[in-house]
Amino acid sequence: MDALQLLLSGLSNGCVYGLIAMGFVLIYKASEAINFAQGDMMMLGAFITLGLTNEQYFDLPFWVSVPMAMLLMGAIGYALDALILRKMFGQSQIAVVIVTIALGFVARFVAGAIWGYEPQSLESPIAGLDFRFAGLALGIDELMVIIVTIALTGALYIFFARTKLGVAMQAASQNQMAAFYMGIPVKRMHSLVWALSGVIAAIAGILFASKGSIDPSTGLLGIKAFAAAVIGGLGSLPGALIGGLLVGIVEPFAARYIEGDIARIMPYLLLVLVLVFRPHGILSQVQSKKV
Amino acid sequence: MRIIFKTSYDADIRYFSNRVPALWYLALLLMSIALPFIINEFWLGEFTLMLIWAIAGMGLMLLVGHSGQASLGHAAFMAVGAYSNVILQEYGLPFILSLPLAGFFAGLAGVLVAMPTTKLHGIYMAIATIAIGVLAEDLIVILAPWTGGVSGKFAPSIEIFGINFDRYGNVSGLYWLILGITCLIVLGYKNILRSPLGRSFMAIRDSEISAQAMGVNIARTRTISFALSCAITGISGALMGHFSLVFTNETFNIVISIYLLLMIVIGGLGFIQGAFIGAAIVTFLPSVISFSRDAFFSNSAIIPGIESGMFGAILIFVILFEPMGLYGRWLKIRSYFELFPFYRRDMFRRQKSYLKTERMR
Repeated sequence: MDALQLLLSGLSNGCVYGLIAMGFVLIYKASEAINFAQGDMMMLGAFITLGLTNEQYFDLPFWVSVPMAMLLMGAIGYALDALILRKMFGQSQIAVVIVTIALGFVARFVAGAIWGYEPQSLESPIAGLDFRFAGLALGIDELMVIIVTIALTGALYIFFARTKLGVAMQAASQNQMAAFYMGIPVKRMHSLVWALSGVIAAIAGILFASKGSIDPSTGLLGIKAFAAAVIGGLGSLPGALIGGLLVGIVEPFAARYIEGDIARIMPYLLLVLVLVFRPHGILSQVQSKKV
Repeated sequence: MRIIFKTSYDADIRYFSNRVPALWYLALLLMSIALPFIINEFWLGEFTLMLIWAIAGMGLMLLVGHSGQASLGHAAFMAVGAYSNVILQEYGLPFILSLPLAGFFAGLAGVLVAMPTTKLHGIYMAIATIAIGVLAEDLIVILAPWTGGVSGKFAPSIEIFGINFDRYGNVSGLYWLILGITCLIVLGYKNILRSPLGRSFMAIRDSEISAQAMGVNIARTRTISFALSCAITGISGALMGHFSLVFTNETFNIVISIYLLLMIVIGGLGFIQGAFIGAAIVTFLPSVISFSRDAFFSNSAIIPGIESGMFGAILIFVILFEPMGLYGRWLKIRSYFELFPFYRRDMFRRQKSYLKTERMR
């Protein structure tokens, strides 16, 4: 029973990691760049929702501020690509990584300057309620996280595999030049995918904030989520979810059964092991070219 | 306009292409030696810190700027240097032996990390090193019997042949000592770049495939560059330990690694001078911010975290408008005047590369 409870809390944590990891994967899948500010975008999404909802700021109803925050984050994502990353078109991948790290620094500063550095909690209607079943306690917020994550993964998977826009995004990543010749507006594809990952960051942020308190350094969670994305296999959406769940489940079990300090490094240990033995992740997306 | 007429093959690899830059660098060296007589002890301490950052920056520059591998976890190797230096001194070794040994151990750690990761490419290498950087912080806590865990280590003051270089007792002495070490490292770095090894680093950076075709052993050369880079960074870590007197697992966290990378990018990737410019910015930015705040806002409204915010903003501007970094901008300005009126905007244009996926080989 104890183990089952740990598993449940691990699942809901893992889903949040999975959601952030999905943001990494989306951008990687469509523009071959890694957005190290994904965690900070999640933090920003959470803070925007908090700023719209909480009594001391705008005091809007929760279900109004959620779509507003999603829209706003989508716009921020689009703007980031259109104003900054598009200018770097043609520079190396490492330069993009460095710029996104710098964006993270700026985002953390902006959030701190607006909302302060104290931890705050979102006044969300789904927080605090729980749902008891056969001796197991499962919060409505946790249940919500799991449902939303699974639905979102499925929807995005179908989007990339079936829709015209999704396929165009994949093509833009596989060979920018060739995709451009085929009439795909590569730059706009990049901006759209950044907007999409902004929306996902907002969702992840809202779900994370309704599970506990947030502060500007919450975004550093992104590093762990990034580990999850790599463990699952960068470039694979189900892989991001699997990686996130793996990290999320390993954490509470390690904390329960292994000594504290070693437990904390388990996700990264897992990452190093995966990198050494299966460098491209569990659901590897690397395939050799068919001739 | 200056014309350089080369009459021997040595002219290509001389330290200075002609007498003018040599004289400028000599003047810079004399100026740095005379610095303790000019400024007060507080600023001298800041300059010492800048030199330490510059050594760390050179370590990372060798890896990122000259052999084209990214590392987001270099603070881990600073930690290896700092801890092994102090632990060796606790076993009774003098500083003059423990410092090179600290560099050696950091280099060894680098080899251990590089062996499994050299097979990884660009972005995956960065991922592996970020994991190393995060792991190192917690490993220090786990290895508490040797490292002192969260309570940290106390670095004794440096003593060489009976002369004491205390952080507060002998500020100018410490400055001269670190200046000397910095000069040695710069000399060594420059010599590596002149040697076949350094040229093979740059060949790998520019194109792995053509380097391989020219007979460069990729895995071996990458491992050597990683080891050398880590050794230099380890030395800076050891000096940082002495400078900050007490260091813990928090001193060398992942944020420091990221700062190091940002520092050399702002300074200018691929130039030794870039490491120094970046180090100056990292060291003096907080002071500049606090002074300008006192000058412009009388109510002294303190905005926490403004340093890293500013740093991030500067970095974004540098990468967008000057991908070669501040030193690259200086080179452009200098060649404009040297070649006046023949400078063309395209002289420094870089070839754009359009990405293909790494997932299809």
